Amino acid sequence: MRVPLSWLREYVDLPATETGRDVQAKLISAGLEVESVEQLGADLKGPLVVGQVQSIEELEGFKKPIRFCLVDVGTANGTGELQEIVCGARNFAVGDKVVVVLPGAVLPGNFAIAARQTYGKTSHGMICSGDELGMGDDGSGGIIVLPPEIEVGTDAIELLQLVDEVLDIAVTPDRGYALSMRGVAREAAIAYGLPLMDPALLDVPAPNAFGYPVRVSDPMGCDRFTARTVTGLDPETLSPIWLRRRLQKAGMRPISLAVDITNYVMLELGQPLHAYDRTRVQGAIGVRRAEQGEKLTTLDGVTRTLDAEDLVITDDRGPIGLAGVMGGANTEIDDTEGTTTEVVIEAAHFDALSIARTARRHKLASEASKRFERGVDPQAASAAAQRTVDLLVLLAGGTADAGVTEVIAPSAPHSITIPANHPDKVAGVDYGRETVVRRLQQVGCDVYGQDELIVTVPSWRPDLTDPNDLAEEVIRLEGYENLPSTLPKPPAGLGLTGRQRLHRRIGRVLAGAGYVEALNYPFIGEHVFDQLGLAADDPKRKVVKLVNPLSDEEPALRTTLLPGLLHALRRNDGRGSHDLALFETGLVFQPQDELRVAGRLPVDHRPTDEEIASLTAALPVQPRHAAVVLAGAREQAGWWGKGRPADWADAIEAARSLAREAGTELLVRSGQYGPWHPGRCAELAVVVDGQEKVIGYAGELHPGVLKTLGLPARTCAMELDLDALEQASAGLPKGPKISTFPVATQDVALVVDKTVPHVDVEAALREGAGELLESIRLFDVYENGEQLGEGKKSLAYALRFRADDRTLTVDEASAARDVAVALAAERTGAVLRS
Amino acid sequence: MKPEEIERMRDEALAAFAAAGDLDALQEAKVAHTGGTSPLALANREIGALPPHAKAAAGKLVGQARGAVNKAFGARQAELEAERDARVLVEEAVDVTLPYDRVPAGARHPLTTMMERVADVFVSMGYEIAEGPEVEAEWFNFDALNFTPDHPARQMQDTFFVEGPTGDHGESGVVLRTHTSPVQARAMLDREPPVYVVCPGRVFRTDELDATHTPVFHQIELLAVDEGLTMADLKGTLDHMVQSLFGADMKTRLRPNYFPFTEPSAEMDMLCYVCKGESVGNPDRPCRTCSSEGWIELGGCGMVNPRVLVACGVDPEKYSGFAFGFGIERMLMFRHNVEDMRDMVEGDVRFTRPFGMEI
Repeated sequence: MRVPLSWLREYVDLPATETGRDVQAKLISAGLEVESVEQLGADLKGPLVVGQVQSIEELEGFKKPIRFCLVDVGTANGTGELQEIVCGARNFAVGDKVVVVLPGAVLPGNFAIAARQTYGKTSHGMICSGDELGMGDDGSGGIIVLPPEIEVGTDAIELLQLVDEVLDIAVTPDRGYALSMRGVAREAAIAYGLPLMDPALLDVPAPNAFGYPVRVSDPMGCDRFTARTVTGLDPETLSPIWLRRRLQKAGMRPISLAVDITNYVMLELGQPLHAYDRTRVQGAIGVRRAEQGEKLTTLDGVTRTLDAEDLVITDDRGPIGLAGVMGGANTEIDDTEGTTTEVVIEAAHFDALSIARTARRHKLASEASKRFERGVDPQAASAAAQRTVDLLVLLAGGTADAGVTEVIAPSAPHSITIPANHPDKVAGVDYGRETVVRRLQQVGCDVYGQDELIVTVPSWRPDLTDPNDLAEEVIRLEGYENLPSTLPKPPAGLGLTGRQRLHRRIGRVLAGAGYVEALNYPFIGEHVFDQLGLAADDPKRKVVKLVNPLSDEEPALRTTLLPGLLHALRRNDGRGSHDLALFETGLVFQPQDELRVAGRLPVDHRPTDEEIASLTAALPVQPRHAAVVLAGAREQAGWWGKGRPADWADAIEAARSLAREAGTELLVRSGQYGPWHPGRCAELAVVVDGQEKVIGYAGELHPGVLKTLGLPARTCAMELDLDALEQASAGLPKGPKISTFPVATQDVALVVDKTVPHVDVEAALREGAGELLESIRLFDVYENGEQLGEGKKSLAYALRFRADDRTLTVDEASAARDVAVALAAERTGAVLRS
Repeated sequence: MKPEEIERMRDEALAAFAAAGDLDALQEAKVAHTGGTSPLALANREIGALPPHAKAAAGKLVGQARGAVNKAFGARQAELEAERDARVLVEEAVDVTLPYDRVPAGARHPLTTMMERVADVFVSMGYEIAEGPEVEAEWFNFDALNFTPDHPARQMQDTFFVEGPTGDHGESGVVLRTHTSPVQARAMLDREPPVYVVCPGRVFRTDELDATHTPVFHQIELLAVDEGLTMADLKGTLDHMVQSLFGADMKTRLRPNYFPFTEPSAEMDMLCYVCKGESVGNPDRPCRTCSSEGWIELGGCGMVNPRVLVACGVDPEKYSGFAFGFGIERMLMFRHNVEDMRDMVEGDVRFTRPFGMEI
């Protein structure tokens, strides 16, 4: 809502010294979101005067037609002589009154005017268009041609009200009344403690039987319909300057007098109006729900297929308007031919919900629907109709028809009962009953009672429905800025949950290991699964899809973090960072096996546990995953020596580090999956409730996948299900017993087939070595066909033995080692390398 | 065995030790003057051949000389070792300014650490962190929060809708949550009052990515439900938060606004932590952080609408509550001078690294 300050002053006698900024601050404090104050004509400087065109000489030989004009500007130019002006516009003739800017003036945009040579002539000023004066769109598309009665030499700054301040208010959905000058004026009046000159207080004639016939067959959808008729309109009459200017400042375009008047009254009182050309309406006006599939061509020229829920205005032929949203083309006032001399004015009140649905259904948000959706004062309809009639009579020379139609569905005013101290309890402030009552009365409520207040809300505030709504009115008018600052004392909390602490720890561990966190969008395209080489029946291919994705290329939600991370890796690589280690933790989305609709549960009581469970069952499973990707050097080359490229082992180690943080034993074994190199992929598993569960994969990515995705060679990756990792957690770590007896170390080198995994050998050694074994560590892997034989490898382990009650003898340690080696030999075919 | 002879041997030994320039030379001198074939050793051996009456005197003479020689050796050795040790320390000196970026430092994303930073302010007060799904039922995202199906506010938010069982545009009742507020409803349903929770998380709206918008962003929400909570408590909690994050002299300002799930509702601003409001009306001291407004818009807040309490099974006659929520991206922008939101979503390591582990 754009509110010109000069217009606002008509209803509230604000002190002359108050600027738009001052009013803005007061209204913001009262709860109107005044986003800006536009300073119209702030940098405008005269002389800017009314002139009359005396002669026009068409200049030939230029690319476009140019006119050399002599303009009478009276004595504004100091000499009284005709002003010589070159002009490129053509929408004026000799004798027309125009706006002339003289040398020395400054137009909006800091455009200084001086005499200048152009098209072989000297132009001493300009003939102005509305645009050049910062007036906004006036619909003329050229020079302003003023009514002939205006005198030559008149100051045009004053005449066209070019200097003003306009408050731009973003009206929240609850405050429909603020979509009118009347509503904003009421807030300004309260804020300044001044009386409101309510423009809706008009004498309205009583309804009678002679008015235009109206039949409302859906009183729920339309509880009020006022119809008035004005005849004898002069279709030639244009809207006066003041009317046009107010509309322009409020952001509307002047169209024709009848339309301008209805728009003006809507801005003034907040009541949307519609004017029908009476000669084009056939029979009684009706209000009903549309028949499914019925057609209506609206004023914007679009033919719409109506829904059975749409409320329509009809005549004998059928729909002539989409009620409260937009009129129909077939009864439109003719503003191009200018033949309309009789109009029927509609001032009606429609159901907010119905209008909102219709506007949304037809994607047609109009000034009218915007207001009806947010609530229009039903009591203002008769006044608005009267005001429209008055203006048509005054400005268009019309005659008000004696007939007054009013169809009203009776309704009781809304009352709310609150304890008088309810606002005090909500605010935490002792306002006292007197203040509460006074503030509620200021917003227009009728208030009765002592300790219990019975508050009847005004017709223009349908948003006031609950006790807290009334509390808000009191608190905002007393000033949110005056609320004290107190701290509640919450009961002692339990701190972070295990899952939350693990999540944070994982971020720190990965960042500590050199990984940089990236937070990627969860949107993916399903083609990415082909790029990643997932099997046709891979469960990751089952995705949650969006109805309205931002991009049709990415209509689904991720089931894996890799596409986002790999995209970030590629972007970094492309920007010149080649040594990369990235990580992400985030949710992935797995559709339920059976898709269900999440129902609309009640809101007037707590839903049952079963109902809540039914919602959960309709949501996808959303586990938190963790993933890393690596490319380039893991360790850089430097003065210390060579660097080391990131490899499969780094990716697997990332998984191990997460498992350590989770206190979970991670089972790492050779695996094959989707995007990973089949020979360099580890399957990651944990044991949950005695069951092994695969929770992810790590290793080097498949060269083919890297090529398809345009990623650096040898890019590595790891992804696992963090929630599953947490579930497998062994719980609290147990403090180990530390023996102070000396250690006995035994090294063994075992030759096995290359296909035998280290973990199997180690497990056998560990089991065979028994209780005396303190630790075991693989310290070398050696492959040499000549020395070991083809297809063989040597694994060298350091075994540390220690007892907690004595010093071990060499024989004891050797014996334990021999048992370990024997078991490894039995299980894995290992041979002790001599 | 003449005393002069012995003294000469002694003095020669002492001179040789003094002349030894390093430990090797000293070792040679030691062998020459104290070894088995040295003159003093030979002299010592000769004592045994002397007549008994002369033995004592000769023994004393030679013993004193040998003692002096050994002492001088020890002293010279200590001296030379000290010199050597000092020299080694000089020789081992390194250029300590050499870099060691062998494994360049990693970092957590500042949005993550910013959320934790804010959450921890409240965790330290006794609040707990509540979480909820990102793909959420409309009932939680809207209905339970007093957004009626046709409420105009429901259109204010540009929602991603999830496809239903019938495919394409079938109704599913499921959306990408448009705010963290559904977690409020979940927290109330999960816990008995009093409820004090903060809910950080990711939210979604159908905005195209540009310098000031991103379709995927982060919010943190606070909910307190208890007996007798007031708007003054809300104000105090907000003041405490900005003081904790921006300094002791900070404060907040509330302006009336409208949200379906709070009533009364307010927009919350914090004092500009850079200019403390001194740039207002002071063209000589413009403030980029607050555009010389003096205040920075933070987010929305209010008293929990009793209708929301009812939908979540909390008795509004007994309990009242307050809530607020704001965007983490915006806070990161004005707290850390981040100018372009795209930097937060692109995952460029050059952006993230400087933020380190905490914020």
